[in-house]
Amino acid sequence: MLNKIVIANRGEIALRILRACKELGIQTVALHSTADVNLKHVKLADETVCIGPPPAVNSYLNIPAIISAAEITDAMGIHPGYGFLSENADFAERVQQSGFVFIGPEPLTIQMMGDKVSAIAAMRKAKIPCVPGSEGELDNDDKKNLKIAQKIGYPVLIKAAGGGGGRGIRVVHSEAALLNAISLTRKEAEANFKNASIYLEKFLTNPRHIEIQVLGDGQGHAIHLGERDCSMQRRHQKVIEEAPAVGITEKQRQHMGELCVKACCDMNYRGVGTFEFLYEKGHFYFIEMNTRIQVEHPITEMITGVDLVVEQLRIASGEKLNYKQKQIAIRGHAIECRINAEDPRTFIPSPGTITLYHPPGGPGIRVDTPIYTGYAVPPYYDSLIGKLIAYGETREIAIARLRNALDEIVIEGIQTNIAMHQALVRDANFIKGGTNIHYLEQRLAL
Amino acid sequence: MDAEKINQLIKLLNEHGLTEIEFSEGNETIRIKRDLLSAPPKTRVQPNSSDGMTSSVQTTAPSSAEITGHKVRSPMVGTVYLAPSPDAAPFVTLGQTVKLGEVLCIVEAMKMMNQIEADKAGVIKARLVENGTPVEYNQALFIIE
Repeated sequence: MLNKIVIANRGEIALRILRACKELGIQTVALHSTADVNLKHVKLADETVCIGPPPAVNSYLNIPAIISAAEITDAMGIHPGYGFLSENADFAERVQQSGFVFIGPEPLTIQMMGDKVSAIAAMRKAKIPCVPGSEGELDNDDKKNLKIAQKIGYPVLIKAAGGGGGRGIRVVHSEAALLNAISLTRKEAEANFKNASIYLEKFLTNPRHIEIQVLGDGQGHAIHLGERDCSMQRRHQKVIEEAPAVGITEKQRQHMGELCVKACCDMNYRGVGTFEFLYEKGHFYFIEMNTRIQVEHPITEMITGVDLVVEQLRIASGEKLNYKQKQIAIRGHAIECRINAEDPRTFIPSPGTITLYHPPGGPGIRVDTPIYTGYAVPPYYDSLIGKLIAYGETREIAIARLRNALDEIVIEGIQTNIAMHQALVRDANFIKGGTNIHYLEQRLAL
Repeated sequence: MDAEKINQLIKLLNEHGLTEIEFSEGNETIRIKRDLLSAPPKTRVQPNSSDGMTSSVQTTAPSSAEITGHKVRSPMVGTVYLAPSPDAAPFVTLGQTVKLGEVLCIVEAMKMMNQIEADKAGVIKARLVENGTPVEYNQALFIIE
């Protein structure tokens, strides 16, 4: 087992990682910017190192500072969390070259899945169904591109190969707009991802976002832990997630899960990973794979009983997978609300001091948050300040517990999206289940 | 040297988790060393000891230290070296007058040596770090007056 690791992240996920380390007896080194000295996990860590000023580019994205911090504290491994450098293959490579364990997959795997074009090619090889598309990046032949789009059928999506997570996407409804849109998307891709490579995909009109959690040990073994429905989104940001997905049968789960497991074994996948799909009319279409722990991992933990962060640490320590597929059973239902420090109407981030925090409780309630009364939410980072998760033996019970917890929780001093969640859990269509990725935005526009 | 100054030095020693601090003023120099049998605190930020629900405490650099002067801070994470090489004389000594931009020490990170320069001209009043020890971003290294 790794004896000491550096936590190269902040906020709720850093606290999550710290808790898993404490369970396993791993010494923790909390890295933080000057703005984050009062983070809860920083107060709890065995050692702390200030790595830079507030801007992420100078701190949480500062590769030399992070590796240097691991050097001076004699850590064995580095956990990148999610976001920041977690899917940066160059960072993973440099961590390894400096003699540390990168808690995640091999750099080459990260690179392959990070380029959305090569990821799709790898999935096609593994017989995983993908969204009909250009099946490769577009070149500069206008006539050819018009033909490709025509074959796919409008509307089409132009996507940046270096994008992901909803970034670098443009919808084109008609042929007349295509060439212009391609040129624009290329320019943006070059500016934002330093990679002008783009590809086309069919625009599915009303899909659901259903993703599958996998776990591999890099020693030939991999399992899946079922699916999550993350369709409740605003501007490609997930707002509510639940597991399992309403309407997905056990047969579908096992079939898709097996395909993902095979793909993992083909690439000797190490660590946690998520295969993201769009699901429409009974069909799954692969869009991308995330090679890191995800924000919504707790709902999978609640319905399977598997601690994904502990498994990350075990696997990074060289241990074989602790579970066989037949030991994974889906039990009950879990739903997560992402609590953001934001204006409820404009969604603009709302930093500031939390003058009163009162957590909810009761059966099946889990709260993953680093906030406390008196904590000042800094303005430099994203607005996620916590996750409220409810588990129940049935979806109805989970919804009832979630509703009660949302009514109990108190966060004063800053604005949050709690009121929006309170409305959503009472929404007839949410309660019915199976809403698609456009539903929330349509509802908010009303 | 008055007792008040000595108390402030002891406070600085404790708050930065140091084992030794040397300070000079005029003709007088004082060095205070921690009893090395007691383990120095590893955390650079004192953990909030008990209730958690108490108001958050900013515990890093003691801005209330009465020893006046400008703190030269580390711009990076690494290991500080006080001399250009192990056998050489240190870059600066206590009481030395330094110019703006004069090299005070080196911070090494990932095998690269970075010279840390004085960002203010004046007299070196205090050295707050020991040779070969880890430093974090913004950690106070010297006091210049």
